[in-house]
Amino acid sequence: MVTDGLVEAGLTYAGAAAFSTPRRLALAIEGLTATSRAVREERKGPAASAPDTALQGFLRSTGLAREQLELRDDKKGQVWFAVIEKPGRPAAAIVAEVLEAVIRGFPWPKSMRWGAGTLRWVRPLHSILCVLTDEHGAQVVPLTVDHLTAGATTRGHRFMAPAPFAVTGFDDYAARLERGFVVLDAAAREAAIWHDATTQAFARGLEVVPDAGLLAEVAGLVEWPVVLAGLIDPAFLELPPEVLQTSMRSHQKFFSLRNPKTGRIEGFATVANRETVDHGATILAGNNKVLSARLSDARFFWENDLRTVKAQGMEGMAVGLALVTFHNKLGSQAERVLRVEALAREIAPLVGAAPDLAAEAARICKADLQSAMVGEFPELQGLMGRYYAAAASHNDGVPQACEMHYKPLGPTDAVPSDPVSVAVAMADKIDTLTGFWAIDEKPTGSKDPFALRRAALGVIRLVLGNGVRCNLDALFGARIRWILDYLYNWQSAQFGDVERDDVLAKAAPASSDLLAFFHDRLKVYLRDQGIRHDVIDACLAMPGNDDLTLLVKRAEALAAFLKTDDGENLTQGFRRANNILTQAEQKDGVEYSYGADPKFAETAEERALFKALDKAEAAIAPAMKTEDFAAAMAAIAALRAPIDAFFTAVQVNSDNAVIRRNRLNLLHRIRATCAQVADLNRIEG
Amino acid sequence: MTDTATAPRSFQEIILRLMTYWGARGCAVLQPYDMEVGAGTFHPATTLRSLGTRPWAAAYVQPSRRPTDGRYGENPNRLQHYYQYQVLIKPSPPDLQDLYLGSLAAIGIDTALHDIRFVEDDWESPTLGAWGLGWEVWCDGMEVSQFTYFQQVGGHDCHPVSGELTYGLERLAMYVLGVDHVMDMPFNDPSARIPLTYGDIFRQTEQEYSRWNFDQADTDMLLRHFADAEAECARILAAPQPDKAGRHIIMAHPAYDQCIKASHLFNLLDARGVISVTERQAYIGRVRTLARACADAFVTTQAGADRCESLTDA
Repeated sequence: MVTDGLVEAGLTYAGAAAFSTPRRLALAIEGLTATSRAVREERKGPAASAPDTALQGFLRSTGLAREQLELRDDKKGQVWFAVIEKPGRPAAAIVAEVLEAVIRGFPWPKSMRWGAGTLRWVRPLHSILCVLTDEHGAQVVPLTVDHLTAGATTRGHRFMAPAPFAVTGFDDYAARLERGFVVLDAAAREAAIWHDATTQAFARGLEVVPDAGLLAEVAGLVEWPVVLAGLIDPAFLELPPEVLQTSMRSHQKFFSLRNPKTGRIEGFATVANRETVDHGATILAGNNKVLSARLSDARFFWENDLRTVKAQGMEGMAVGLALVTFHNKLGSQAERVLRVEALAREIAPLVGAAPDLAAEAARICKADLQSAMVGEFPELQGLMGRYYAAAASHNDGVPQACEMHYKPLGPTDAVPSDPVSVAVAMADKIDTLTGFWAIDEKPTGSKDPFALRRAALGVIRLVLGNGVRCNLDALFGARIRWILDYLYNWQSAQFGDVERDDVLAKAAPASSDLLAFFHDRLKVYLRDQGIRHDVIDACLAMPGNDDLTLLVKRAEALAAFLKTDDGENLTQGFRRANNILTQAEQKDGVEYSYGADPKFAETAEERALFKALDKAEAAIAPAMKTEDFAAAMAAIAALRAPIDAFFTAVQVNSDNAVIRRNRLNLLHRIRATCAQVADLNRIEG
Repeated sequence: MTDTATAPRSFQEIILRLMTYWGARGCAVLQPYDMEVGAGTFHPATTLRSLGTRPWAAAYVQPSRRPTDGRYGENPNRLQHYYQYQVLIKPSPPDLQDLYLGSLAAIGIDTALHDIRFVEDDWESPTLGAWGLGWEVWCDGMEVSQFTYFQQVGGHDCHPVSGELTYGLERLAMYVLGVDHVMDMPFNDPSARIPLTYGDIFRQTEQEYSRWNFDQADTDMLLRHFADAEAECARILAAPQPDKAGRHIIMAHPAYDQCIKASHLFNLLDARGVISVTERQAYIGRVRTLARACADAFVTTQAGADRCESLTDA
């Protein structure tokens, strides 16, 4: 913002660098020109013959006096010209202006006022340093913003070097700040923290668990980073590493130190903002104390949860879900779990999972939401499910499913592949989607509070990633119908006088709408993989478009096909045939689907086309049956040459009505043959 | 940890030192508000006095009740009743951070030995219709204070801006005194003739209130009382003016009392587990409506209006 403003005002510069610490923002601009360029502007005014008012207006707008104008010859006569000279301005004045504007208009995401003032800044602004240095020395830029006047002084570290000092330029500033225990550059602070943490971890035989986000955050909290490392009290080491890490990171902003041989978290590193005479002993002791309190809480939760789960099983822990509302129109979490269990059992055979195991996993996969640990650390949902399920003696992929059934969480998150996990993951998301579609709460362009887009994408990735073959339309329809029936019985008041059959009749359209939603999500997903939306549209027109694995296979083959020369030209040929045929059908009011007879073929090209179509049809049908779409595409690719030759040599609209009708029927064969593979009408371009 | 000559020896000594410190810096050392509140911010000395243009400087201890935090006195750090120390200065002085650091030194925290960090934080109270920007203050990895510049309260922009400091007294004191379990903390001087620990005073009440808050409180009664407080607040503010003797008195404070009651009743209902996730927002909205109405009323009164003399530059 600043450099743009300076350039706009006529200065140039060689380089600029920005720095930040928790207490200051700094901008250094090098090679700034000493004055802005002088600017000479010529403005054309009214004709000499124009009335005086026009001239007065011109004089006003240019701010000149009549004597300063020039009279020049123009093609229409004589015209007044104003030559406005703007001399260069000293950099200091321009910098002051630009900075004041930038400070007042700074785009903080959240800003505040303080005291009795009106200026807004991220936190109260105490002082401004603004110094312009050249070969003559340093001058303070005459910048004033409200009651703050820029000077040449700054202060070092709040505790270690608080006294003010004056500087003569940026190099002086940076060096003296460093001596004043302030590391100006955030990247340098990050590097120092990482280096020191690694060294201290190594000294204890440990390594630092990388955490780029935490590193950036912590570097923004200190001006003088001092890394202090400690070991976790052995009493807490029985806690799962994720619990230790989450607790330390979110509450304490600690880095976790891991034993490279065992993978266990055994230590922590914190970053203090000062050196002390006792080398951080007091600070470390304090941090240790807080950590103990936090981990005691975590251990209390862990032991309590394990006790519950061992005595009452995961089902016992899940009892409370009956009192937790999922959505006021869809009932409790417990009711949802029952639906997911039934659905998981149904989906299991499609993904190669044992139905009983899938049902078992679904039944217990939400139990951990009632645990004390997840109550304290909601981000550990799923993970704690895995630990507690294992502790309650579940196995055969069931504990893993508790953790994995939430995935994939984002477009780049890993897709589960273990069958039990896949079954529950699909069931969980499909239940959510069919539930909301049943009560007509769909996402809008700007709002998707229940993350339904993400759920649909998750199902898509689960299906495609595992090659699952299932007809979603039937699945959705049955589920939505079931839910509507359940709702009708349970909340009949909500439906008023509507008949049960009318309520259930909504299932089919809702299911179609949900499938269309899936298709939209699929298009977005495949677009990122290089498959165009019109290619998908061409395949959506084919039967079985609710079997996503089949659909994508077809789309991939079509996309590859269209990239070839044959493919592109075949499409053109198809279009040509289709257009002629459609025109004729509209004009004549009939469909030319009777079937063409080769005996009416007059030319060699016509006969060749007949033969080619025979050959193609013979190849396509079996290929489609075995889902060998590449072979099917190759079969219609072979039509390209005969079709091109046909159109070159043959006139479809022959004067002979019989011949013409036969040729139109032949075009229909082309259309029908291609339509077996994909709806090429949808291909753009 | 601290120089023994200046180290405080009890919980009450820490409170007394804070009172002395802020009193010496010009705050009116007020007394706690005599109603159940969830935080020092609810005291009219903060919520109402942060409104309008009149300058203000107050400091006080505030017993705060958070029913959902009850642990029957067994958790070393968590209580359903605890003390906050609250400071409100309006307009916020430019050296407020330094003043705050001075208060830490006053209670025995040597900034040369401890790591004090200001961690950027934003504060908001949906029930009071208030928000501000500021910091959490951390001492050696533990949050000890909230430091906020109020931007809006009760739906009104704050001009001038108040600086609010809130100390979690038990937590801070446990650290300064080197105590691991709150119940073990000496309340009065340990060498007093009748030494009393925090547990001697509060362990039983923590048990009693935890039981009542979680299991026993009559939820029908609480719901009725919530509705009563809500209605009464509105009725008070709608009272005809002037009164029978011709006085024009807008009862902003009595109305605000009802708002505070409603807020506490909501916290009790929450602890009883009868407020569902969807209902929660509705209740918070109802309390916020009361808070806004009280704020609207307060700014029309003398205490909430402009000073006669102009403000000196802060």
